[in-house]
Amino acid sequence: MSPDIILLIAKAAGQTLHMVAVAAIIGSVIGIPLGVFLATSGRGELFAAPGANRVLGAVVNATRSTPFIILVVAIIPFTRLVAGTSIGTNAAIVPLTIATIPFVARLVESAIREIDPGLIETARAMGASPLQIVWKVLLAEARPGITLALTLTVVSLIGYSAMVGAVGGGGLGDLGIRYGYQRFMPDVMAAVVVVLIVLVQAVQSAGDRLARRFDKRIRPR
Amino acid sequence: MNMAPGAFVAERPRAPTRKAEARGDLPRADLVRIEAVSKVFPAGRGGSEVRALDGIDLSARRGSATAIIGRSGAGKSTLIRLINGLEKPTAGHVHVDGVDVAQLGERELRDIRRSIGMIFQHFNLLSSRTVFGNVALPLEIAGISRHEINARVGPLLDLVGLADKRDRYPSELSGGQKQRVGIARALATRPKLLLSDEATSALDPETTQSVLSLLRKINRELDLTILLITHEMEVVKQIADQVAVIDSGRIVERGGVFEIFSAPVHETTKALLSGLPGFRLPAVLATHLKHDPSAGSRAIVRVTFAGQGGQGRIFSKIAEVAGSDHEVIAGALDEIGGKPFGSFLVSVASPKAGQTVDKLAAGGLDAEVLGHVS
Repeated sequence: MSPDIILLIAKAAGQTLHMVAVAAIIGSVIGIPLGVFLATSGRGELFAAPGANRVLGAVVNATRSTPFIILVVAIIPFTRLVAGTSIGTNAAIVPLTIATIPFVARLVESAIREIDPGLIETARAMGASPLQIVWKVLLAEARPGITLALTLTVVSLIGYSAMVGAVGGGGLGDLGIRYGYQRFMPDVMAAVVVVLIVLVQAVQSAGDRLARRFDKRIRPR
Repeated sequence: MNMAPGAFVAERPRAPTRKAEARGDLPRADLVRIEAVSKVFPAGRGGSEVRALDGIDLSARRGSATAIIGRSGAGKSTLIRLINGLEKPTAGHVHVDGVDVAQLGERELRDIRRSIGMIFQHFNLLSSRTVFGNVALPLEIAGISRHEINARVGPLLDLVGLADKRDRYPSELSGGQKQRVGIARALATRPKLLLSDEATSALDPETTQSVLSLLRKINRELDLTILLITHEMEVVKQIADQVAVIDSGRIVERGGVFEIFSAPVHETTKALLSGLPGFRLPAVLATHLKHDPSAGSRAIVRVTFAGQGGQGRIFSKIAEVAGSDHEVIAGALDEIGGKPFGSFLVSVASPKAGQTVDKLAAGGLDAEVLGHVS
């Protein structure tokens, strides 16, 4: 493999990390609160708003059931509005973020629903406000679950980011398609796959380790 | 309330504690007063509405330990949750320290709740926080400074005997230790009232004893009013001075613990008491028990002994009345609310049953014929 190719792979890996990081951060900043709301806005719950809950739930489901590659194409006008262009790494971040938000929201929702409702009642009995309950009880207790949810999100994003190569998004997936497949360079394809595997492996084990550290439910030793 | 040591200190001037004042001539106002409270849960899908509470009147004096006992589904959980406003009554008033909790909005309720501690059957500790962190939680919620929190949590852990577990997580503690953390947490905001929701139901008998004696200590030493719900008479006997028996959303019997134990009136009360040793008929006998006597049958008589001094004489009294023919089948002597209390099952020949009961009653012992065994 020539030094040029190695440079290309390094550059593509950098683009992938850039897209994944930005989409994961923005997706979490919006997705976590949305997940908390979905988990607490049902009838008789902390922020009871069954109507809003149903509407947001439907939007989340709609976004999640749209195949990612179709989502990328469908929101091109919106992408152009936000990023100023519909091709390139920065443009790819827009659909990646849009797909991440409902993904994170549903995972966070289920992590929060795992929490014993008795803990919410206990906090209410102490005179906690709904926001205090979210901060001190729900997010604190769901921290291991949310860590795993975000790990899964990043892993999925690495996969999704390979797909945006199809619309000129750049990154490892783009490199693999253009050089590995279209120019028939199997060594590039193999290198891309290996880099992706290493990336996913690293993210997963870091996430697992962090979640285990946060989880005090299991007796240590 | 152990009376014996009290006799030695009776003449010593007492420190003017709040409790002493309350015991004096000042009127002992009720801390909790529940008036004509009903709670109806609306019909769920396909179901009918549930009347959980139906015209409840109940009060708890300051410094008292009041137990509400009933079977599961009797409405006791709903009742205790009305007191800190976790549930709203459909009708009626719930006064806590003169404020009608049922009329308050959520924001005002939050302030009231900070002056009411609560402990739970399943402890409800945060798994993500250490023992210290769990006890600190209500203080953080109340907006108390870090410095003050540090100063307060230590003594609370000392009080419940967990000073050495300060940095442990709940998963590293036993059930009894978890409940002690729960108690320390409930006391952190220095409440006037402690609500206990089946606090010992998930614990083994030995641990139950130690948690109950901790609660009793808190009740006496901190002059904290305790209101507890339970389905175990044993718990009532250990800790309460007042008891209310609840059945199908109504209070069917209430009064001093000793009075209720020595002379239960309602069937539910009797059924709940039947679990205690000396009340329970051994299973072998229970299956053979007939209502009417037959030739050669023997009557089973329950003799209850309540309050009188010289409990040792109960046996000689029974022997004197029933003659050499009697047999003691089961029995237990105990102390309830500081007074001696006993219950015995005795068998005598069926024809002599009526006369035995009369004579025992004349001698100040409560006796009733439960049935006959052939």
